[in-house]
Amino acid sequence: MAYASTAHDAHDDHHDQPVKGFKRWLYATNHKDIGTMYLVFAMIMFFVGGFMAMLIRAELFKPGLQLMQPEFFNQMTTNHALVMIFGAVMPAFVGLANWMIPLQVGAPDMALPRMNNLSFWILPFAFTLLLGTFFVPGGMPAGGWTMYPPLILQTGAAFPMLIFAVHLMGASSIMGAINVIVTILNMRTPAMTLLKMPLFAWTWLITAYLLIAVMPVLAGAVTMLLTDHFFGTSFFNAAGGGDPLMFEHIFWFFGHPEVYIMILPAFGIISEILPTFSRKPLFGATSMIYAVASIAFLSFIVWGHHMFADGMPMAAQLFFMMSTMLIAVPTGVKVFNWTATMWRGSLSFEPPMLFAIGFLFMFSIGGFSGLMLAIVPADFQYQNSYFVVAHFHYVLVPGAIFGIMAAVYYWLPKWTGVMYSMTLAKWHFWLSTVFVNVLFFPQHFLGLAGMPRRIPDYAVQFADWNMVSSIGGFGFGLSQLLFAYLVIRCMRGEGKKATAAVWDGAMQHGLEWTLPSPPPYHSFTTPPDLPHQVHL
Amino acid sequence: MPDQDPKRRDNRSLIRGLVLMTAGSFAFGWALVPLYDVFCRISGLGNPEARATAATIVSENVDQNRLVTVEFMSNPASNGSYEFHPLAASMQVHPGKLYDTKFYAKNLTGAPSTAQAVPSIAPGIAAKYFHKTECFCFTPQKFGAGEGREMPVRFIVDPQLPANVDKLTLSYVFYDTTQTTAQP
Repeated sequence: MAYASTAHDAHDDHHDQPVKGFKRWLYATNHKDIGTMYLVFAMIMFFVGGFMAMLIRAELFKPGLQLMQPEFFNQMTTNHALVMIFGAVMPAFVGLANWMIPLQVGAPDMALPRMNNLSFWILPFAFTLLLGTFFVPGGMPAGGWTMYPPLILQTGAAFPMLIFAVHLMGASSIMGAINVIVTILNMRTPAMTLLKMPLFAWTWLITAYLLIAVMPVLAGAVTMLLTDHFFGTSFFNAAGGGDPLMFEHIFWFFGHPEVYIMILPAFGIISEILPTFSRKPLFGATSMIYAVASIAFLSFIVWGHHMFADGMPMAAQLFFMMSTMLIAVPTGVKVFNWTATMWRGSLSFEPPMLFAIGFLFMFSIGGFSGLMLAIVPADFQYQNSYFVVAHFHYVLVPGAIFGIMAAVYYWLPKWTGVMYSMTLAKWHFWLSTVFVNVLFFPQHFLGLAGMPRRIPDYAVQFADWNMVSSIGGFGFGLSQLLFAYLVIRCMRGEGKKATAAVWDGAMQHGLEWTLPSPPPYHSFTTPPDLPHQVHL
Repeated sequence: MPDQDPKRRDNRSLIRGLVLMTAGSFAFGWALVPLYDVFCRISGLGNPEARATAATIVSENVDQNRLVTVEFMSNPASNGSYEFHPLAASMQVHPGKLYDTKFYAKNLTGAPSTAQAVPSIAPGIAAKYFHKTECFCFTPQKFGAGEGREMPVRFIVDPQLPANVDKLTLSYVFYDTTQTTAQP
């Protein structure tokens, strides 16, 4: 191999160590450095978005307006969503992809390292632009993260900043996606056929195609908003022959695949962790891949279920109801396979496993409330209520976020070479799990009792459960400081040295465990053979 | 490094394909605007013809035999930054006929400001039979320092208005929203 013959050249030797100082990060092309930056950025945004959530729960602690004006409350709900979706969850997954995909497929780096640098460094600018709207006349965007016209067109000076921030975030994710696809398809070690590829890489490959298919549609939709606002077009203006409902159709054509973009990589992570700590191969690995592919396909034909109550012909309502319920089939296959993976395994309950099992239980709760929302007549009661809030927070917090945390606890010793405190990490799991349920479960009751979303004040009959929910919110928020503490300690290299395999039973579950912990700055400079025992 | 060239070529063609796919998705997003309409026309979903005519408010079957009183009320913002009142206190109207009237508002502060009128119709049961085809309450109203002007409302009372209602009240609260609305 060409790589092998040049590996010992003097030229390559001085690349073995990272350059010192800020240039290492500003000019970063190493997938590990860029992965680290993505993950640190996601963590910061997680706390920024989390702080907004704390303000929201503080205002909702009691009925009446205590802390803020309704306009500011709306700014908080809108930006909490934008920051968490585009700033925390998506960059965290891209960071994990950067770190792990080259290690998992035996590639020396990502295929397009300089584009990788660009796609990361766009993000701080995008979020400076978005969060900078706090200081402009009219305040932050307050029309909801879905940006429905005509309401969003009433945003003040923040409006163009919001649109350009969304454009930048979209460009960043598209570049990240192209990089992942090229790395997986072209840089895999020759011994690894597609069906032997680890599930995390598989789910990311499918996610990357989803990103390429729908992020440009969002870019188009927000561009139409921009021209409607500044250049007198009437895409969404009924007075000029347009249709405000059209925006919802275009937005949700992006929006529904987007929610799977935020969960499919977590599916991959869970599919890596459960086999390791069950000491068994993944049950039905091939069917897992087909299930993810079917979910991805179905995500394109269900967008109408976000707008049942907007006025839609009966035939369309039936179609979207049926297609939405169909998603339960591949998802059921996945949950069944995960459970069957654990069945009669010799389980051990280290923190990544705890988060994975927590994911399995609580993501399923979110899945079930999703099925309820899919039923058109029932949706007419649930829509726009706290039931919806409870549903999507169950799939995003103990779903996507727990998936990310499971991944961090699983691979952090590999990245840093040191093990975190197992006891504190288990505390973090149990505190998060208890409080996340205290936080979101009562919101089901509030929604069924009729409390609407996105309101700063509410009727007194909702007071008790809101107070419970807020207490859960504060508890969950504070528990995450423990997570930050554990991660920072590992990043500073404090803790017991980790072995190459890290976990008992990990060695059979992927190429990354054949490297020392931490892996050398440049790994797999020659394509590795698959160790005989590696299976999914 | 002879081995790298075919790899580089493979990467290039894959990237080209992916960039094309991105451009295709962007174009598809814009194409959705006409496509939705075409799809509904071909499939007949949503009955597009009916939609196109449903919005016209009939002004032809005017009920000449019936007279309804419409009263106008105004509540200026409590902080005293506006003068605000209707030009006519009430009108006698025939259901089904289009009328217009005007409200007057004056900015009493020494600075430019913005206000939003919020309408309310009493009795509540009649609200859905009162159609405003044009109203200053549809958009935020901007005033220069000390500026005052008349603002129009056009409305039709629906002939379907229940027979036991002979008096309607249209009232506006005029909020000073300078602090909270956008200043583009």
